Formats: sequence, C-alpha cells, structure tokens
Amino acid sequence: MSLADPADDAVAVHTDRARAAFLDALVLDDPVALYDSAPCGFLTTTPDGVIVKTNATFRTWVQREAADLVGETSFVDLLTVGSRLYYGTHLGPLLLMAGRVQEVALDILRPDGTRLPVLVNASLARGDDGRPRAVRIAVFDATERRSYERELLEAKQRAEELARTLQHTLIPPTVPAIAGLEVAAAYHPAGHGTDVGGDFYDVFEVGDDEWVVTLGDVCGKGYEAAIVTSLVRHTIRALCVTERSPSAVLAALDEVLQHHETDRFCTAVLLRLRREGDGWSIDIGIGGHPRPLLLRRGSAPEPCAGRGPLLGVLHDATFEESTVRLGPGDALLLYTDGITEGRRGDEMYGEDRLLATAARIGPRPHELVDALTAAVLEFQDGTLRDDVAVVALGVPG
Amino acid sequence: MLFVHGFGCDQHMWRLVAPAFADEHRIVTLDLVGAGGSDPAAWDPRRYDSLDAYADDILGVVRELDLHDVVLVGHSVSAMTGLLAAVAEPSRFAALVLIGPSPRYIDDDGYRGGFSAADIEELLASLDSNYLGWSTAMAPVIMGNAERPALGEELTASFCRMDPEIARQFARVTFLSDCRDALPEVRIPTLVLQCREDVIAPVEVGQYVADAIPDARMVLLDATGHCPHLSAPDDTIAAMRDFLGSRVGAA
Repeated sequence: MSLADPADDAVAVHTDRARAAFLDALVLDDPVALYDSAPCGFLTTTPDGVIVKTNATFRTWVQREAADLVGETSFVDLLTVGSRLYYGTHLGPLLLMAGRVQEVALDILRPDGTRLPVLVNASLARGDDGRPRAVRIAVFDATERRSYERELLEAKQRAEELARTLQHTLIPPTVPAIAGLEVAAAYHPAGHGTDVGGDFYDVFEVGDDEWVVTLGDVCGKGYEAAIVTSLVRHTIRALCVTERSPSAVLAALDEVLQHHETDRFCTAVLLRLRREGDGWSIDIGIGGHPRPLLLRRGSAPEPCAGRGPLLGVLHDATFEESTVRLGPGDALLLYTDGITEGRRGDEMYGEDRLLATAARIGPRPHELVDALTAAVLEFQDGTLRDDVAVVALGVPG
Repeated sequence: MLFVHGFGCDQHMWRLVAPAFADEHRIVTLDLVGAGGSDPAAWDPRRYDSLDAYADDILGVVRELDLHDVVLVGHSVSAMTGLLAAVAEPSRFAALVLIGPSPRYIDDDGYRGGFSAADIEELLASLDSNYLGWSTAMAPVIMGNAERPALGEELTASFCRMDPEIARQFARVTFLSDCRDALPEVRIPTLVLQCREDVIAPVEVGQYVADAIPDARMVLLDATGHCPHLSAPDDTIAAMRDFLGSRVGAA
C-alpha cells in the first residue's frame, strides 16, 4: 500500500500544505463514505434482483428512502416499462451468461413521474461453488449524454432521409412506357444502398415517337458527385429541347462542365430515338463511355458507335455521331463500368463475361438487365464495389 | 429435441439445459436468422415481417434434418413460432415445451398481456439507445476476437447483440404479434414453464396459454425473470424431465 505512506517518493507530497490536504482527503473518504457519497449510484441485489443495499447517491437520484427499496423492491421495478423489457430480453440473460454487462442504457422512473436516463454497469458475484450470490450494479446519471445521443440519432436519421430523397431525384423511379419499344433499366448504388453514387440514366420524350435515352457515370461518389450528376442530367434534358443531334448535345454539355466549378468529369451515352416503320432509328453520341452493345437476333453481340472523349476535360473536344437501326427482335444495351470493372480480388468481371452473358440471354431487355445485374452482384459476393447502371432497349417481334 | 431461442439472444442460452437431455435425445439448437452466428445475407426485411417466416424457418430445419417426434423447446417469442410450426405440420412434432410464452403482449379488450402499444414504442427507443454501441468499430469484436479466449468474454462480445435494424424489426414483429387463435389448434402434449415473477410474460399470461391449449399443463417455477433456463436451470430441467417422462413412448 504505497499510497498510504505519505513519505513515499512516488506520492508527490512536497509541502506541508499538500501533505495536510492529502491526509485530510484520505481520512475523509474512507470506504464507507466513498460508498455512500460516490458520484455514481451503487446497489446490490440478490441474483433474483431484490435490492439488498443502496448508496445515498442512488437513493437521492431515484427519490426513495432505503426502507422503500431494501428487501421489497427489485431493480427492474424502478425502471420504465421499455427498460424492463430490455432488461428481461437482453441485460438479464447477458448478466447470467457472461457475468457482467457494461454501458447499458436504461430509464429509471421516479415517484414524481420524471425519468432519469442512466448508464448501468453490473457484475454477477458467484460463490466458490459457482452459484450466483449477488448482483453489483453501478448507475451513472446519463441525462446529458442521452439527450446528446438522441440528437445525434435524429441527425443521422435526417441525413439518411435526405440521402434517400436525393438518390430518388437522381434516378427515374420507373422507366416510362414507350409504344413499340421495350425498355428495361436498373440502378444499384455501391455498398449497402445508403450512399448516393455517380451513375445515372434518364429516359424522356422529346416529340411524337421521339425519345432521348441517356446513361452515364460521374467520376467519384458521395454528395459532390451527386451534385454533378444532377447538373449533368438536367443539362442534358434542357439541351435536348432545342438540339436534335446527340454529338452537339454532348459538346454543349462538355462546355458546361468545363465552366462549372467542379473538377469532376463524366462519361455518357446519349441516344435519340425516332420511330420508323416497324423499328427505330437511333442516333448515338458517346463521351468517353463504354460503347453500347448491339444485339441482333442470330448474331453475336457487338459494341457499336465510336467512344469519343471524356466530358469536361479537353478543350475543343469533338464528338462523333453514328446511327443504328433497331428492327424487330433487335436490342441495344447501355451499361456503366460498374459492370465490366466489378471486382473479385484482383479479377474484373470484364467485357468477355459481359459479352458471354449478353449472348446467352439474347435481345430480351428485361431478361438482359436482370441477368447482368445478378451476375455482377454474384461475382462480387453480393456487395457492389462501384455503382451499376444498365438500360436495355428492344423492339418487340 | 429442438431448442429455439427468443428475441435478444442466441442458441448459447441453452448451454445449461440442453446437455442434460443429450443422453436420451438428439439435440438440435439453432440461431434464428438475424441472431447469433446466422448468415447476415439471409436476413430480408420483407420476409421477416411476421412470425410466420420464423415458423417457416423452424419447419425448414425440421425437414432438412428430417426430424420426427420432435420435442420443440421454445423460449419467449419462439415458444409461439414453435407452436405455429407444430400447428402447421403436426405430424413432425411429439410435444411442446413453452418457456415464458405470451400469445399477445399488448392488452386487448378483456385480455391482459401486460403492455400497451406505448410501452412497445418505449422498448424500441431503448433498443435505439443501446445499439449505439453497434458501430463499425465493434464489428470485428463481435465477429470474434482471437485475443479474447474465455467463453465468458466471447459471449459478452457476441451474445445478445444484433444488427440494430434487425433487432428493431424483430422487436416490432414479436411484441405486436397475436397468436391467440393458434392455441386451441395445438394437438400435442404441451408444457408451459412459467416463472413466478416475469415482467415480460406474467403468470396470468402463462395460465391463459395453458388453459387455451387442449392438452397442456403449466409448471410454476420458483424463479424470477424471463429466462429460467439460465437463472434456475436445475428446476427447469427437472420440470421438463417430469413432463417428458410422463408421456408414454416419448421420443
């Protein structure tokens, strides 16, 4: 007991005044005084929970006399009903199994109807034969901490709600029905679906039997990427009102991105579809994006159109444009690199697997989208490392 | 014998009771989906929005292991899901042991379950406060830490811990359920094990269950709390032995 020896060098008592203060505190706070006046509540119960003794701090906090508590009352009787349920389903079994619990949040209900939020540590004292003999409980007033935690929890819920709302604004909830064209689409954000990502697609009408379909990928993740994604989608919508040519829309979008304060770039495919006879004529512009796959009945899937430069990076970039015709039974598949670059260890899902899956399924839009997203998810053991967006268009027949 | 744990815990809670029956019975224990060592990917919030899904899982285990003459021992909410399973496929089951059962927790027109809807909301708030500890930093500890070898320590880390969202939904499904209509459908001998003081399932609720099941008896244990298999394992074992021994040709 080096602490009891004031002369010990280890105890920093150098002056008479300090020595007197040390002895004074030592004498004042003997174990009995410490027990009763400790700045936390102490109580002991039988293994069944009946209160055996309490300290003065605890009695003050729960506003009860010793006579009301000892021998009559169980610790659970002092709790709110919600806390009793928690005690019965969690704390009680855990205490019996593990012998102790720590930092359990409970609410004590006081006789005047007010609640005292507390944190509880408890341990089970066993006899030599291993039988439980007593439960020791230390109670800490957690009023401030719990109200702060509640605020944090509420803030978290609001933030998640906002993220969900934002995410909903970034993707069309459902693809509109287009007469003479089957359209299927899927969007899966990376991770567990609570973050906003940079992949997007959009499908909107620009005239009688004229539609625009776009799909793209803003580099990066999180809110900054989401803001740019939003900008890109709405800019495309606005530009398509007056501009018919996909390459011209992409050139203007490139201009907008370069003048925007963000240094993020983006890739996109832009299609303008016009219904012609029993099929559709499709003008395709591409800005740095994987080329769409063209699936014609009876032939292997193949990428179509030219790649084009990234959007928002190069000055005076020029974008090419090509036209394909989708006849009955043909389909076109747009996808983001979340498909081809889906990783398992060092291995990527890759274009070969994509082509093989597309060839196996054939030009059927909904089946294509379902099979591809399922395959990529499975390849990554159910958790996407990157966003995935897929749109497939097919002419029935 | 198939042991099914209740809300809040996992199959470890049977360790003081199940071994006592290992000589005469094949012992099967399981972790419900979302609890203990179950595969996190198996959890689907749309599927587990009623007790039927849990009863289905119990039947799934019974069929997969091709169990017959099953004595199902269910604690708390799993007393009810076990009962639902036995009602759905009676040919597989020989007897039921229901520990601290409650067919409905919320008071209802002449029925006293012991709780109001507001109480259940309060429990959900209590879960929210206590699962603040379920942070990403805790996950490795919960998954098992090699530096903590003792069983007790291991249990502190994993036992009674559940993903907060799963716990929330399971609590809601558990405490808002109503299985009263299923009780008279039970066709097999049933033992209700009831503690004399249980804040979750009061004696009158245990009595209600025993009265409503055609061939049931209740044993009142001189124990308090909701887990006699932990707090009074010897009495629990004795009552179960007595019940199983009284049944001719018991499996």
